Amino acid sequence: MSLAIDLRRLRFRYGGGPWVLDIPELTLERGTRAFLFGPSGSGKTTLLGVLAGVLEAEEGEVRVLGEDLASLSGAQRDAFRAEHIGYVFQMFNLIPYLSVLDNIALPARMNAERRARLDGTGVRETATQLADHLQIGDLLKKPVTELSVGQQQRVAACRALIGSPELIVADEPTSSLDFDRREAFLELLFQECERAGATLVFVSHDRTLEGMFSRTISLPDVNKAVL
Amino acid sequence: MLVFDLALKSLRNRAFSTSLTVGSIALSVALLIGVENVRVGMRESFSNTISQTDLIVGTKGGTIQLLLYSVFGMGAPTENVSWEAYREWADHPAVEWTIPYGLGDSHRGFRVIGTNEDFYRHYRYRGGQQIALAEGRANEGLFDVTLGADVATELSYALGDEIAVTHGLGEVGFINHDHMPFTVTGVLAKTFTPVDRAIYVTLEGMEAIHWEDGAPPASDDGHAHDEAEAESPPADDGHVHDDEAEAAPADDGHAHDDEAEAAHDDDDHAHDDEEEAAHDEDGHDHDDDGDAHDDEAAAEAQAAPADDGHAHDDEAEAQAAPADDGHAHAEDLSIEDVEVTQVTSFFVGTTNRRDVLQLQREINDFEDEPMMAVIPGVALNEMWQGLAYAETGLRLVAIFVVLVGLLGMLVSLYTSLNERRREMAILRAVGAGPNRIITLLVLESLCLASAGALAGLTLVYALLAIAQPLVEAQAGLFIPIRPPGSIELLFLGAVVLAGFLMGFVPALKAYRTALHDGLAVRV
Repeated sequence: MSLAIDLRRLRFRYGGGPWVLDIPELTLERGTRAFLFGPSGSGKTTLLGVLAGVLEAEEGEVRVLGEDLASLSGAQRDAFRAEHIGYVFQMFNLIPYLSVLDNIALPARMNAERRARLDGTGVRETATQLADHLQIGDLLKKPVTELSVGQQQRVAACRALIGSPELIVADEPTSSLDFDRREAFLELLFQECERAGATLVFVSHDRTLEGMFSRTISLPDVNKAVL
Repeated sequence: MLVFDLALKSLRNRAFSTSLTVGSIALSVALLIGVENVRVGMRESFSNTISQTDLIVGTKGGTIQLLLYSVFGMGAPTENVSWEAYREWADHPAVEWTIPYGLGDSHRGFRVIGTNEDFYRHYRYRGGQQIALAEGRANEGLFDVTLGADVATELSYALGDEIAVTHGLGEVGFINHDHMPFTVTGVLAKTFTPVDRAIYVTLEGMEAIHWEDGAPPASDDGHAHDEAEAESPPADDGHVHDDEAEAAPADDGHAHDDEAEAAHDDDDHAHDDEEEAAHDEDGHDHDDDGDAHDDEAAAEAQAAPADDGHAHDDEAEAQAAPADDGHAHAEDLSIEDVEVTQVTSFFVGTTNRRDVLQLQREINDFEDEPMMAVIPGVALNEMWQGLAYAETGLRLVAIFVVLVGLLGMLVSLYTSLNERRREMAILRAVGAGPNRIITLLVLESLCLASAGALAGLTLVYALLAIAQPLVEAQAGLFIPIRPPGSIELLFLGAVVLAGFLMGFVPALKAYRTALHDGLAVRV
């Protein structure tokens, strides 16, 4: 139960196409800050989809936080994701018709377990607190369309973190930020993951950030489907 | 609840396309409900006009025509029945009461109806309500008139005012009988039926209107007047040519076309100034060049003025002509001096309703004169059946318009999906299952359809409130504003249900896309 991620003989492909993922084994300890590295097309985003239970592996075993995703129904995987996983996209992370606050609060409103983990604090209060930690507390009332890209990524991080999910998955969240902002963003993300005791899987094609993580996984090395 | 909140916020975010969609649905729903409302309202209005009358009797002709002109003041009566025939049926043992009507004349566009005290005593409308006077007294004397409520309001007449009556049903009749002024003695209370738009005189007064030149005819019974009342006046009547086209319809053969002018040659009265006025409106060439009758072309076209040498330039003389004929004593007459010779139609109430069919048969078989009796409800039904095709057609059109409105919504939702793939991926990432995605889109569609239906309903009632007085003024029909009935609610429910079902089209598309996209938008 100490493993956050435990993949065995995982094979995945879209429809009847070529194999995109073929991973004999990949494990990750809980509490790790992992840097998942790979060039474009090496299956990074697909792997994240499998980990999040949005995509279903055709073969092999996928255990996330001890749960065998293959044994769950689609709806159960959706509920599992809502409860245990925070997800940050590369960009366009926010729902345009919701305010900053509503965007952050979304997972807590979507899932009762996430809401329960707020420890009696209201959704609004927690969202405000998180926003303060990520230094966007003054933006809560703004429409998301008025935010800069860096601000949007921080809002997305807040949304991933709310309700303390055990696993944070970030798909190149810093690729549209300049270097200084990347570091600042990562510092804040680490800090919050630590506070929540969450495992972080951070995907990037940019190795300059590698040094900040406790473990590096090179996807081309573990994914046999990429030649 | 979260998904509902999302749906509302999403719709608000696309405010422009949302309001266009709601607007188009609202318009289509308004059409659908409006057609229904007007249809039912018209039926109600028509059947409220007459109550407790068992038979309507007139000369042989179309049953609907008889119903229209004697009850609703629409269309022109054809022939009259003689007073003797009327009395014969009025005295029939099965008949409890009758209301005789003399029709066919107008005053400034309102119908003038000759009747007697039976009208006040027996006429019933809307579930048995009786005619009541708002002010004054009912017309009794030969030149008394009682005005319908709308007539008094629209023409601003008060008690004691003198009015003139036009022969024929023209909107713009010229003052033909101004030597026989009628006096307003009473105004009826509002009934919201065609009664409000009629002017009531005595049958004797009606008879007097039709005297050839403003005086009772010499004692001979065979006077040309008997026909003149129902039909267009004969050619030898000096006044009739003065009338507008409405008063002398083309089919009677003496309209104002140039050929007809020849007929005026022998006629001393033909070219009084009113006729000139009439010709002016006809666009006759003699007013185009401004110098009236000195113009050669005009003289040619109107051979008469040149030949008879009548001083039609002299307005005073022309106008004075009818009055100078030596008949200006009508005012001195009283009701006893006048003998009623005919009625146009009459309403019958029977003592025992079981006799109605028998009585109807007897009247229809009457040998002395061609007569016909119709049962109002039966004739009304006949009329609705005749209109049923049109109603069904209208309703079908309205239903298709609603479908078009809903399809517009479908198109708008469907085309927005591509821009919303990102949004769907985000919702999936935070744990929304495909069911929530479907629910979101179906809810959006449902909201649009419901908002459209509600807005349409509101629009209908707003439009009805605006249109009600206009329709009443134009058609004499009072369309009651009713709360939405079961049919309207059924329509509204159908629109909302259709919106709900249609929502599944974009929803299933979004569902498939979301499954395919996963967390990345893959094109």
